[in-house]
Amino acid sequence: MSAVEKIKADFASDQEVRWCPGCGDFAIFAQMKKILPTLGVNPEDVAFVSGIGCSSRFPYYLETFGMHGIHGRAPAIATGLKRTRPDLQVWVVTGDGDALSIGCTHLLHALRRNVDIKILLFNNRIYGLTKGQFSPTSPPGLVTSSTPMGTVHQPLHPLKIALASNATFVARSVDTNAKHLGEILRRTAAHRGSAFVEIYQNCHIFNDGAFDFAKNSTIRDDHTVEIAQGQPLVFGKQRDKGIRLNGTELEVISLGEDYGEDDLLVHDEKADTSAVAQMLAEMQHPQMPEVIGVLRDIQLPTHNDLMPDETVSADVRAQKLKAILNSGETWAVKN
Amino acid sequence: MQLAGSQVALTSALLGNDIATFPDYPAEIRAPKGTPAGVSGFQVHFSSETVMTPGDSVDVLVAMNPAALKSNLSYLKPHGTVILDGDAFDAKGLRLAKYEQNPIEDGSLSSFQLVEAPITSQTRAAVAEAGVSHKVATRCRNFFAMGIIYWLYGRSLDATIRFIDSKFKGDIADADKLALNAGWNFGETTEAFERSYYVPAATPLPGKYRNVTGNEALAFGLATAAHLSGKDLFYSAYPITPASDILHRVSRFTECGARTFQAEDEIAAICSAIGASFGGAMGTTGSSGPGIALKTEAMGYAVMLELPLLVINVQRGGPSTGLPTKVEQTDLFQAVLGRNGEAPMPVLAASGPSDCFATVIEAWRIACKLMTPVMILSDAFTANGAEPWLIPDIDGLEPIEIEHPGVKTDDTPFLPYQRDDLLSRPWALPGTAGLTHRIGGIEKENGTGAISYDPENHETMVQIRSDKVANAQQLFSPVEIYGDSTGDLLVVSWGGTLGTCREAVKQSRETGQKVSHLHLRHLNPFPAELGAMLNGFDRVLVAELNTGQLRQLLRAEYLVNATGLNKVRGQPFWIEDVKTAISANLGQEN
Repeated sequence: MSAVEKIKADFASDQEVRWCPGCGDFAIFAQMKKILPTLGVNPEDVAFVSGIGCSSRFPYYLETFGMHGIHGRAPAIATGLKRTRPDLQVWVVTGDGDALSIGCTHLLHALRRNVDIKILLFNNRIYGLTKGQFSPTSPPGLVTSSTPMGTVHQPLHPLKIALASNATFVARSVDTNAKHLGEILRRTAAHRGSAFVEIYQNCHIFNDGAFDFAKNSTIRDDHTVEIAQGQPLVFGKQRDKGIRLNGTELEVISLGEDYGEDDLLVHDEKADTSAVAQMLAEMQHPQMPEVIGVLRDIQLPTHNDLMPDETVSADVRAQKLKAILNSGETWAVKN
Repeated sequence: MQLAGSQVALTSALLGNDIATFPDYPAEIRAPKGTPAGVSGFQVHFSSETVMTPGDSVDVLVAMNPAALKSNLSYLKPHGTVILDGDAFDAKGLRLAKYEQNPIEDGSLSSFQLVEAPITSQTRAAVAEAGVSHKVATRCRNFFAMGIIYWLYGRSLDATIRFIDSKFKGDIADADKLALNAGWNFGETTEAFERSYYVPAATPLPGKYRNVTGNEALAFGLATAAHLSGKDLFYSAYPITPASDILHRVSRFTECGARTFQAEDEIAAICSAIGASFGGAMGTTGSSGPGIALKTEAMGYAVMLELPLLVINVQRGGPSTGLPTKVEQTDLFQAVLGRNGEAPMPVLAASGPSDCFATVIEAWRIACKLMTPVMILSDAFTANGAEPWLIPDIDGLEPIEIEHPGVKTDDTPFLPYQRDDLLSRPWALPGTAGLTHRIGGIEKENGTGAISYDPENHETMVQIRSDKVANAQQLFSPVEIYGDSTGDLLVVSWGGTLGTCREAVKQSRETGQKVSHLHLRHLNPFPAELGAMLNGFDRVLVAELNTGQLRQLLRAEYLVNATGLNKVRGQPFWIEDVKTAISANLGQEN
């Protein structure tokens, strides 16, 4: 038995994995099992918390501590856990319906508080477990079981919401892009503070092909931009295109005679404001290529840093409690 | 007015009187001034004998405007004293209160001892030397009125002066003190009062006392239960009347390890508490009826997880927003029955302000021993009412022993749903090697905790969760009947109505009626001895501030032909209400 196999087995539980064969969740799960043993954290010091939906079965399949939550509430559960157990590494696994519809409030507030938790949003733009209704990230016109004539509303964009909530780490990756996803998960684990990752995940039962532009290896390089710190935004199978800031708009330009790499926007994930990151998040297929990578990675005090929590010994607790009970106006009644 | 009332109560308690208070105020922070809807009242009952209730009716009514007189005069005893701010009985004040004639002049107050004091103008004159604005000067009139009361009952001004100095600064503190003194002097020099009163000290158990409201006692109980169980307290809440004070209080306990979390909503409040419990902290949350409704799904989740958790419901008038500042006991069904699926959890109710302390500790003991969420019921009357409290010696309280499984080194699987004698499961903490496991809302296989859709396992688990909660009976504090254990009538009550029902039964027994009283703290499950207790009486009368929720539960459980005394007016019972019902049940005139 090789060393790698041995560590891998430490993080896989004995539960039968019950996603549909071919589901994008398997690819994400494989990467997670691969990176967990490399983080230097023992299985018992890791907790996975989830909500409800296909993605939220994730904790059952890992040999760590886990809480399969109620619909949308995983960030709230994780906030209480991390607040009282700062020593644990806490992950939240959620989906587009769970995080952005029924539990949207909790996502916003966990991010704005900078709770030191790692939130993975598996975005498949559909409700899978309830059999194919539109989700808050479904594109307009999508025919689903509850919209036979197509959806009509504008979708929410997870990255824009995360940035607007002042998340200190915001990234996007793709389920089957194993190398990229693995690296993003490693950086997510290393971040101190709220980390938010949108993972494009294919539901081949109810919304197959939603992310072909980002997954299909023959076309994805022309429709996605892999961003990296300090690097110009170059993309295309031939590395012949780029993104530049023209006035207040981003635009695609062809590299060659008229433009060189010097004309391109250089990515800065540590920027003081999230304004440019918001513009990157705004880029949408098919009008624009979509970015994958880390949009923002800054350091701010975490929720636990900011709260006035004190860890006290039993003796101190007893002594302070007595002082509290005896505070204010008191009087003695004698025998 | 709430401030003035609590100061009068504190001063009386410091003199050794027993006290009970009843704050009654509108939900709006700045309700329309001068109208009956805007009246903020505070009832104080003090005595040299044991006080069980704030009283049905009052000896002295202070009315700062016509609206206050109009909405409270019915509570003044015949020949009682009414002190009015004469300045406020002008045309505008009378119009706002919808008085067609001035009650000071039309003779309608002739059966009372009427003291018309120009409180507003006297206050303004008295505080002139402090140099405060007209607006601030007017605001001092409550202190002037307090000064009159302190004179009337021979009370020292010291405690209130200390309070003023700690709460206010500079010219405002000076003005308040000037007004207070001026009120006292007014009482002493005016000839309007026929008498003043001397109320000697009561003789309670020896020890050190302070006043507590129900919400304060809940906060103290939470911190003490955390200490007794060696846990860090985590209290998570969303602001709601009348439960918010618990959050305010606990947020000042950080020095003894308490953590508070003002969550984004009621659901996040309970879910974060559940997360804290999973991590091994003392997860607790509190709210009032509408907020509890929002927490419902998460309570069922905690039932399924089998984690300890306290959920406090400070009941108010419902349904929906209802009467946010008023008292009702209308959430009993919600507490006992209000979850989807078979989701039993223990329910305990506090019988008054100081009892909130003991109730929380008992509830947390049950939660830890049985690995279950527990609901604690208080109410708006208990939450805001104050009474003297014998400060407990926490070293003398029984510890809450919790045994977390330790590091596991052998190869056998850890069984997170293995059962002990009480059918409880182990509280295995993250960070403990060898104990990694997953819990969740999906049905679990007994023992292993693996997801299970097996029909027999589900029925087994439903029964275990039910039997486990029933086992709480073995952990309950004892229950006693007041009076004889057999007789013509047993009055059964629960929650914040203890004082009124006990006093009514006491007075009825003094007239020779064969009536006893049973006050319940444990509402789910009922105490093991309850059935036998009910059987000792010809009739059972269930008194509660709802349309008969406990009565229905008792009838269903024990097939007892109980009748009800029910009131849903946003007000507590008066002693007369209960005495009248006792007599009616015994077929006698009161």
